[in-house]
Amino acid sequence: MTVQQQPNSFRTGPDERGHFGIYGGRFVAETLMPLILELEQAYNAAKADPAYRKEMDHHLAHYVGRPSALYFAERLTEKFGGARIYFKREDLNHTGAHKVNNVLGQIMLAKRMGKKRIIAETGAGMHGVATATLCAKFGLPCIVYMGAVDVERQQPNVLRMKMLGAEVRPVTSGSHTLKDAMNEALRDWVTNVADTFYCIGTVAGPHPYPAMVRDFQSVIGKEVRDQMMAAEGRLPDSLIACIGGGSNAMGLFHPFLDDRSVEIYGVEAAGHGVASGQHAASIAGGRPGVLHGNRTYLLMDGDGQITEAHSISAGLDYPGIGPEHAWLHDMGRVQFLSATDDEAVAAFQLCSRLEGIIPALEPAHALARVVDLAPKKPKDHLMVVNMSGRGDKDLASVEAYLERKAK
Amino acid sequence: MTTRIETRFAALKAEGRAGLVTFTMTGDPDYDTSLAIAKALPKAGADVIELGMPFTDPMADGPAIQAAGLRALNAGQTLAKTLKLVSEFRKDDNDTPIVLMGYYNPIYIYGVDRFLVDAKTAGVDGLIVVDLPPEEDEELCLPALRAGLNFIRLATPTTDDKRLPAVLNNTSGFVYYVSITGITGSAAPDANKVGDAVGRIKRHTQLPVAVGFGVRTAASAAAIAGHADAVVVGSALIDVLRASLDGHGKGGPQTVKAVADLVAELAQGVRAGRSVAAE
Repeated sequence: MTVQQQPNSFRTGPDERGHFGIYGGRFVAETLMPLILELEQAYNAAKADPAYRKEMDHHLAHYVGRPSALYFAERLTEKFGGARIYFKREDLNHTGAHKVNNVLGQIMLAKRMGKKRIIAETGAGMHGVATATLCAKFGLPCIVYMGAVDVERQQPNVLRMKMLGAEVRPVTSGSHTLKDAMNEALRDWVTNVADTFYCIGTVAGPHPYPAMVRDFQSVIGKEVRDQMMAAEGRLPDSLIACIGGGSNAMGLFHPFLDDRSVEIYGVEAAGHGVASGQHAASIAGGRPGVLHGNRTYLLMDGDGQITEAHSISAGLDYPGIGPEHAWLHDMGRVQFLSATDDEAVAAFQLCSRLEGIIPALEPAHALARVVDLAPKKPKDHLMVVNMSGRGDKDLASVEAYLERKAK
Repeated sequence: MTTRIETRFAALKAEGRAGLVTFTMTGDPDYDTSLAIAKALPKAGADVIELGMPFTDPMADGPAIQAAGLRALNAGQTLAKTLKLVSEFRKDDNDTPIVLMGYYNPIYIYGVDRFLVDAKTAGVDGLIVVDLPPEEDEELCLPALRAGLNFIRLATPTTDDKRLPAVLNNTSGFVYYVSITGITGSAAPDANKVGDAVGRIKRHTQLPVAVGFGVRTAASAAAIAGHADAVVVGSALIDVLRASLDGHGKGGPQTVKAVADLVAELAQGVRAGRSVAAE
């Protein structure tokens, strides 16, 4: 991809029609258009309301447990002998991942809009758990669409959602994973337009979702700026995060996009390897197309049919990526890398044993690239990894994977 | 320039009756059977033919049309083959309007300019693209209009008076009123509510209004025909198609007959509808 002319700022998007360059937009059925316009208005009004901000800050501090720690990973730093490695500990948030930052904002918005019913899609189940949690707290009924394959491989999260009072609807259309869960959620929304709020879990979907979810997740990067100034007296030299739809990555990256000295890396899931065709790396192995309300990089065949993604990580197992990431890729501001299932599992084990932190399989993909990036950096290089979630949910998957490999 | 769609609706108006618009999926259950079905439709009483362009992720469709699309894709259907099917249909029939209906990505990947040239050459008259609202008109709607194709927009119960002008602007051929909020194949619409909605749309446009979503029987087709310029039936046709397949999912002459028989029944319903309403 040729790098286009650099803009004055990378932080001004999207335009009023929801475009980041050619990406984004509002590719939805007419039934949903009025709802999306209403949502955009409601979100703009909430953003401008200090009371909304104040209530959110209160819940972020007392319910979510923010700010999350910026942790110096001393033993990994020693092992690699290069960059000083820091973890942004989103795994320590209530519900165990970054997802809650976004869900809090959206559920508070749903309340303001007088919506009576919340729907969500989920892959790994972390967004579903966060949505079920906040629906319990705010007293709203919650329906979570989850691919039947994911229901199977993420049982602990299914049990958590049910315990929190949510209804989990397994999706058996298409490939039975996250993209199909999103299709079903959209079908539900088209049917129940009057009272339903669709709480999307990542920086994708029709405008205003990509921008709105980014705004809610940007608390991650804003905290990192302050915390790194306090710890080291300067900004970090590099940021690295895993990318499925890309909300944890966007939350970390966005506040740093105009600090040109900061290197930024996104890591996609390469599954069995990008060359194998069985992967979830939309930038490395896809091309621009239109799905789920936005134009972005997608995995598809020559006829424009969406192909199935593969990753050991259910949270990254999606054939697309948020439109702002697509634009940042074309602009050359973010470098996109990938990590295979094998590499992610190895990093998962390494981090567990050296740091006493069991990462989710999703950020284990970012850690897999830290393994080769960190040793090449000088010892004063400050590298921040977004530890976007904890790995309890993945223990059974990883054990089964290791048993298969041992045979 | 008058399109086949405009000519057909003018003829229906002269006849004083509502039209029947049928929806079937190209390539379902296979290319040859779907072509035979398309060829049988006008004789069975279809006035306008909507042909689905299959897509893996049809987010506005219910289980019946989702499954039809997957059957077609599994049988090797592509957008290029859909255009070929239209040109084969046109060899015997130069009058029945054909509208292609589907989602944007396959067209975007085919290439908008190339698609419009090939569609026009094949004998396509209009397009319905579910995930292109007026906000995205520059993508395909405006180029399609320039290429001489009708661009048919969906209006829904959520399209209020404030929004209707935006939806109707750049719409041509006819307006497709989706009678319920929901996916295709859902519950039957309430004919009286449909009448009010059609009246509301007609206050904003001269275009004919076709009503669809949830119409399954001759009786409900007749009830809707009393209030609309045309009735669209899709999922019900796809259901009888599926029921006609053998144990291996293969179609045959029985498949074409099953669909044509139901179309004939529905056509009778539609023709009865206007006289009921006129009484």
